[in-house]
Amino acid sequence: MPIEFQQDRPIYQQLMDRLSNEIVRGDRMPGDKLPSVREYAVDTGVNPNTVSRVYRELEQLTIVESRRGQGTFVTEDRMRLNQLREELKERQIDRFITEMKQLGFSKEEMILGLQAKTKEEGN
Amino acid sequence: MISFENVTKQYIKHKALNDVTFNLENGKVIGLVGENGSGKSTTLKLIAGLLRTTKGKVLVDGQSNVDRKISYSVAYMSELDHVYPFFTVGEAIDFFASQYNDFNQEKAEEILSFMKLQKEQKVKTLSKGNKGRLKMTITLARNVPYILLDEPFSGLDPMVRSAIVKGLIRFVDLETQSLIITTHEIKEIEPVLDEVLVIRDGKVLGHQLVDDIRCDGKDVVGWMEQLYEEVQIHD
Repeated sequence: MPIEFQQDRPIYQQLMDRLSNEIVRGDRMPGDKLPSVREYAVDTGVNPNTVSRVYRELEQLTIVESRRGQGTFVTEDRMRLNQLREELKERQIDRFITEMKQLGFSKEEMILGLQAKTKEEGN
Repeated sequence: MISFENVTKQYIKHKALNDVTFNLENGKVIGLVGENGSGKSTTLKLIAGLLRTTKGKVLVDGQSNVDRKISYSVAYMSELDHVYPFFTVGEAIDFFASQYNDFNQEKAEEILSFMKLQKEQKVKTLSKGNKGRLKMTITLARNVPYILLDEPFSGLDPMVRSAIVKGLIRFVDLETQSLIITTHEIKEIEPVLDEVLVIRDGKVLGHQLVDDIRCDGKDVVGWMEQLYEEVQIHD
């Protein structure tokens, strides 16, 4: 299914996030093969050049690795994947804190709010 | 590479292009955008060798002053109907296969089934959308380095537009081909574009990578609106 993209960020960055999220969630496991460039381009409705760039940049971040003649694979380096998981967590937390601060909430209020919310959800 | 060097194209009194210079690199999907009458189609026709410049040079892979012989390396899809109505879809494919040495019949069959067209259907009974699909099939089935599409979405409903975009992604091989599209339906095609060239009143107003436009927190339409405003201020 073609994806709806945000208008104000490069598409390759949005696809990098999407793949990173899928990897952290476990939808794509360590060592899994990613779709071919063309396949993924058709699936997501973007230019194959964009997908090439996504794979290239993820490879530079050592989240995926390309094997000559075989394709691109999720790294099997668990340490790196744990680190990615932490990075994504921190990014979300930073975002949350920034917006709460803009609304004028104190640190204590944020923590209390989170605690109340997680109790409500039962985990 | 396609290069325009100080190109002017004048129709009697009206200058469709006015001293225009730019380069288009290979292996990309490039959108030529702008209002009606801005000079987009003229640009495409000059590349296809259907028009000659009044002044300046158009170079395709270094070959200057292109004429209709360039059709060996350029597939041009016009905005108008160009398939004889008395053909069936299959006959139309055979006809174009006989006209172009580079026509890939196998690929044509693949695209036909992707576009869900039946070979037995008569061209004259095809809906507007299916005519659009057939034109695309014929154009994309050619193994040529340059594919030019003039307003491929105009007058087509969203379903057909989306089928055409998917067909482009699937069947254009950017390792050996380049794609140049004129359109004003930018939203639809934006995820597929590498770069955009904005033309207005026969002049190039802007030429940018889509990624760079988005890095500034805008989409292509927003960027164009900004360019237009800047021009109005200077007017």
